[in-house]
Amino acid sequence: MATGWLLSACGGSAGQSITLYNGQHVQTTDSLVSAFEKATGITVNVRSDDEDTLADQIVTEGSRSPADVIYTENSPALEYLQSKGLLTAVEPSTLAHTPSRYSSPQGDWVGISARVSVLIYNPSLITASQLPTTVLELADPRYQGELGFAAGETDFQPIVTSVARAYGTAAALSWLEGIKANAGTHIYPDNETITNEVNRGEVAFGVVNQYYWYRLASEVGDSRVHSKITYFAPHDPGYVLDVSGAAVLRSSTHQAAAQRFLAFLVSQQGQGIIARSTSFEYPIASGIASVQPETPFDQLQPNSITIPELGDGSEAISLLQQAGLL
Amino acid sequence: MTATGAAAERPLPAVPSVPARRGRPPGLLTGMSLAVAALLLSPLVFLLIEASGAGVGTIAHLIWRPLTASLLWNTVRLTVVVTALCAVIGTLTAWCVECTDLPGRRLWAVLVVVPFAIPDFVISFGWSSIFTWVQGFQGAVLVMTLGVYPLVHLPVAASLRSADPGLEDTARSLGLGRFRAFLRVTVGQARGAILGGCVLVALVILAEYGAFEILGYQTFTTEIFTEFQVSFNVPTASALSLVLVVLGGVILAGELPARGRGRAQRTGALAQRVPRRHRLGQATLPVEAALLLLVALALGVPVGASVYWMLESGAPTLTGVSILAAGVYTALYSAAAAAVATLLAVPVALLAVRHVSRGGRLLERSTYLVLAMPGLVIALALSYFAERYAGGFAYQTSALLIAAYAILFFPLALVGVRASVAHAPVALEEAARSLGRPAPEVFWRVTLPLVGPGLAASFCLVFLACATELTATLVLVPTGVQTLATQFWAYQQNLAYGQAAPFALVIMAIAAVPSYVLARYFDRLPGRSAAT
Repeated sequence: MATGWLLSACGGSAGQSITLYNGQHVQTTDSLVSAFEKATGITVNVRSDDEDTLADQIVTEGSRSPADVIYTENSPALEYLQSKGLLTAVEPSTLAHTPSRYSSPQGDWVGISARVSVLIYNPSLITASQLPTTVLELADPRYQGELGFAAGETDFQPIVTSVARAYGTAAALSWLEGIKANAGTHIYPDNETITNEVNRGEVAFGVVNQYYWYRLASEVGDSRVHSKITYFAPHDPGYVLDVSGAAVLRSSTHQAAAQRFLAFLVSQQGQGIIARSTSFEYPIASGIASVQPETPFDQLQPNSITIPELGDGSEAISLLQQAGLL
Repeated sequence: MTATGAAAERPLPAVPSVPARRGRPPGLLTGMSLAVAALLLSPLVFLLIEASGAGVGTIAHLIWRPLTASLLWNTVRLTVVVTALCAVIGTLTAWCVECTDLPGRRLWAVLVVVPFAIPDFVISFGWSSIFTWVQGFQGAVLVMTLGVYPLVHLPVAASLRSADPGLEDTARSLGLGRFRAFLRVTVGQARGAILGGCVLVALVILAEYGAFEILGYQTFTTEIFTEFQVSFNVPTASALSLVLVVLGGVILAGELPARGRGRAQRTGALAQRVPRRHRLGQATLPVEAALLLLVALALGVPVGASVYWMLESGAPTLTGVSILAAGVYTALYSAAAAAVATLLAVPVALLAVRHVSRGGRLLERSTYLVLAMPGLVIALALSYFAERYAGGFAYQTSALLIAAYAILFFPLALVGVRASVAHAPVALEEAARSLGRPAPEVFWRVTLPLVGPGLAASFCLVFLACATELTATLVLVPTGVQTLATQFWAYQQNLAYGQAAPFALVIMAIAAVPSYVLARYFDRLPGRSAAT
């Protein structure tokens, strides 16, 4: 047999190919990657997995990592890699494309798109007025058996961090224990499953990011959407805006091509793809607005927690472990 | 998966017995076999290195968590319930097909076997995407029972076919009722086969990942996957893996005392005769209906659900590789792994059959330890070891995926190769050697053509198993590549059912065709031919 395909994963010697560790949803990544390949002629090998898995994989791989770029759903995985000294500075011209509050203060990763937490609920099981308005109420015993929850979902970690920041770690821990009791058997592997189970009427409500619901609607068709979304009270610690970002690895041997990929993600073309695609995330570069039927980005009223305060997620993981959820 | 074992180990009446040479086996053969055994056991060694690196204290702490207890409870109760259900269903279907005058039993013999070939994650997808109540424990019991009962059916059918009908006649003539004769004689004769099937069922449940992930049911294997995802390099996953391997070992060991018991003894040397089939009479219609229901649940629902989602889905939100591209990679990987596994099985089979010795037997048996290692554990061990201790050698390459497949499905290859080696007359090789031919030439020109069909069968079995494998593939697939299983999984995980459905259908087609051939092969085994 030919050894060509056997060794294909080692990367060509042509130099015009980069390896992307993709923790973002493939819905978001695929259209960006194919547009980038068309625009630059650089091939992108994509390895998709959970962002935490990829971050830890990069730490283990160290200087041998095959990855050139990492693209994640949330900022903590990038902050974690930055703290380990595994990232290299993003080119200033790239950073200048998006508001600085959505990128690494240190300049090692750049924000690409924004997402916001929402409540998804099934009106046939619970009315809007019965829903919690603050994130603390998720642990209220009156919601026993009605809450769907995904402990392993990295999208939930920023909310845990936000609650710990607002109310302290002890309160956050007992809050998680209350959530665990309320969720009971409705513990799911990820937000896609929560979205689906609420929509099917298997569980009354849950907390996900806004785009899951829009994707579901697009996927199954409007006639099969039996769920709705709503927000926590303005500025509630559960109303969290978090940022998806990307970085170039310090160990990358294709620095120039890798930086070009980052530049493409924040360019008018890249941000336009995010705005119009079925990924349903918010583009954050100035002058580009999401054209989907979402609440406009500037009308959101999220909590004031910042990227540095969201940190590397280790506190959230530790709290989830103490609560026996991980 | 090694359901053929029960049939293959049973001496076929038409073949003359092959005397084993007692002399010292050639050094080359022994060396090659030892190398194969070392390769197969390497994941276990990696696991032990990893665990000992973490320290006994850490491992003990990780194992004695409340979570372990709940995982153990989940895993054990599911294993017990599903194994019991499969034992009953598999034995009944085998009896109906082999021992009764059921109309259309040739067709049923094939149809009841096909669900075995369909991956459990596809059956699970079919059920849970349509019926909301199919989740958790009840969902896992339903899906796994429908997916794996053929593992009991196959060996029991083979056993009943070659069993001596005289015994049951004798029992009846001595005044035993029909039902008690069935229990005491028929089930008694097939006891070894039933137990062997149950062991395979239990091992499959221990190793399953995809189906339980879809159903939201936590077992050791799903938790190991989660631990691995939350943190790539902590020893937690290896600690839990060790518990899982011990569980697998216990189940495997459970079969040993049963070996040799419950074997069919013949009433006389020429007792193989046309069996008198039980007349179902008025029970015919209910039995037909029950079999139809079983096949509808196990085959009809996954196929129906896939067709439904293809027709009903909205605008796709995902792009991905085409079925053709994924199919090409699937075929390449599977063919390479099947070739490797089959070739690796040759020296071990030759040593075990031609040079009977205690060491050789031990070596052969040690390769069956692989059965106790779930695909996930093998994949994680290989991946982590390649990166951490081998300086990144072969890391994220096709070679490592193929090696994992070859290790994972080696027992499957060995069963077929061993049976064909056992039935190849050694006298022909000796004649060739006495004519002055060197050993390698004898092997190439005499042995290989003799065992060729067996090798081909092994190749097909391993190919089929690889093509429908998900768990190890998810961990080891090279960057930028999608196989049929991983692309299906990506779509399914993102709720893109309409896009997942065609992949599910293709996987089912790939699985069903060889299993049809397999079922027909069993259909033609001795015993059946005498009956028709």
